[in-house]
Amino acid sequence: MSGVVQVAGELIATRRAGAYHHLTIVSPGVAELARPGQFVALAVGGATSANLLRRCFSIHRAKPSGTYGGTVDVVVAAHGAGTTWLAGLRPHDPVDVVGPLGRPFPLPADAVPCVLVGGGYGSAPLFWLAEALQGRGCQVEMVLGAASDDRLFGVVEARRTADGVVVTTDDGSAGRRGWVSDVLGDVIDRTGAGVVYGCGPMAMLRSVTEIAGAHGAVAQVAVEESMACGVGVCMTCVLPVTGNDGVTRMVRSCVEGPVFRGDRVRWDAFADGVCRVPADTLGAPSAGGH
Amino acid sequence: MVDMSTALASMVLPNPVMTASGCAANGHELHRFFPVSELGAFVTKTVMAAPRSGRGTPRMAETASGMLNSIGLQGPGIDAFAEEDLAWLGSVGARALVSIAGTTAEEFADVAERLASSPAYGAVVGVEVNISCPNVANRGLVFACDPVSSERVVRLVRDRLPEGTPIFAKLTPDVTDIASVAAAALRAGADGLTMINTLLGMVIDTDLLRPQLAGVTGGLSGPAIRPVAVRALWQVTAAMREGRLPTAPLIGVGGVRTGRDALELVAAGASAVQVGTATFHDPSRPRRVVDELEAEVARHGFGRFADVVGIAHDRTARP
Repeated sequence: MSGVVQVAGELIATRRAGAYHHLTIVSPGVAELARPGQFVALAVGGATSANLLRRCFSIHRAKPSGTYGGTVDVVVAAHGAGTTWLAGLRPHDPVDVVGPLGRPFPLPADAVPCVLVGGGYGSAPLFWLAEALQGRGCQVEMVLGAASDDRLFGVVEARRTADGVVVTTDDGSAGRRGWVSDVLGDVIDRTGAGVVYGCGPMAMLRSVTEIAGAHGAVAQVAVEESMACGVGVCMTCVLPVTGNDGVTRMVRSCVEGPVFRGDRVRWDAFADGVCRVPADTLGAPSAGGH
Repeated sequence: MVDMSTALASMVLPNPVMTASGCAANGHELHRFFPVSELGAFVTKTVMAAPRSGRGTPRMAETASGMLNSIGLQGPGIDAFAEEDLAWLGSVGARALVSIAGTTAEEFADVAERLASSPAYGAVVGVEVNISCPNVANRGLVFACDPVSSERVVRLVRDRLPEGTPIFAKLTPDVTDIASVAAAALRAGADGLTMINTLLGMVIDTDLLRPQLAGVTGGLSGPAIRPVAVRALWQVTAAMREGRLPTAPLIGVGGVRTGRDALELVAAGASAVQVGTATFHDPSRPRRVVDELEAEVARHGFGRFADVVGIAHDRTARP
């Protein structure tokens, strides 16, 4: 586990970005340590909050130095009590920040072409990742998909950053009508990509993994599992992942992840909104369950 | 300057604040936020004989001032725990209160025996016998729902541990008469009791109109259950004071977030307090409660923490 800090942060900017809220939080010490793919865990609701669980957000940007000190940016979709509270924060409101957490996206040793795939606001960490990859001489193309135009995040930033961008929406309100999986294979073939990075809903990450494999690329995916703590103590954010030894374990996405090699995730365990424990998992329940 | 030390049977701790089992993993994670040796004791995640995957997901549902969990006692098994986690806790100077469980009384005993034979056993200040985890497939295996089962488990564990190792039986409030289960555990050789484990609960996902947890039911924890913990501690302490139960130290757990919350449990009868779900909200909480509780004791003008234990029984207004 790498370095992490807990700081009393301060919101300094908040703005709408389509269906989302883009927050900039002064959080000294976090930005200095952060790498693309890592996340922060934010407390919500203030000191007497009835919502005790941390809300975890992939870091969109980390700026180690600025007028106010180090800042991190996150993108929030307000759909529950905690995210709605965060979306309602005004500049100078306090936010307790723990981060950076989790393992970052691994960067290739060689300058191979890469494709970055984001579903909805799952694209948030990809722009920062794109710059890191370009810094290593990698050609970077992006594929951004969402249900509709307002649920895309960062299309303008993508066009500014990446060497090529393809946009898809389910309803055709922006880019090509369809899913990212409809176009991904062609993008991998055209660019000769060696690595595909994905961030978004689990179903999308599964198809990104399958398409990458079928087109000769390695998938690195940042999973979305609900977390209570973000720091590795609650054991709620687990998923079945096969290790180097070939053994499947229920591992914590907050400390062993959130980034995993896509072909190591046991996608066969996910169906109908639940993740079951595969029978060959270490310590799996015998008949009757745990 | 308040003397915050506390004596729990033969276990003497520099302060009465602990983690709660299953809310702090086995120490590495929280040690990034504060030295775990600064707690009175570090209570480890319940360990069983063999590695255990736990349940599928979703395992968690947030509730008003609390949460449900349905982890299913995921863990590495006693051998890996002793070799890695316990050895590490010893290396950083932490006092480990090791939580153990089994699906049978014999498994509890086996875990206790393998723990006692571990080279890292020196880090162990006590054993917490988790006879009350609600997240087991067979509710009939919640030993603490039945005085006879509780007694059998505790007796077997007592037999396998060195005489000097204090045993605390962790009880569930989901029983008609907690004092009778407490009596059985103490009769079987428990040196003290930890109260309370989570309460069995359930949440329906109102979009999908189905149980939110993959395991359907889960354990309710957090500030929402603190009054239940205070009540359980009160009832058992009252039974001890009235001579209906042998006197034994109690460790209070349930909904503690602040030093003031901890003081409530202490005044009801707890000689030590565990901080559980609040750790998910703030990983520094257990350490902060150490200072906050000391400030609370000082605020009331006491020089010794021990003088506040159970004090509410003496101050109850008589009708």
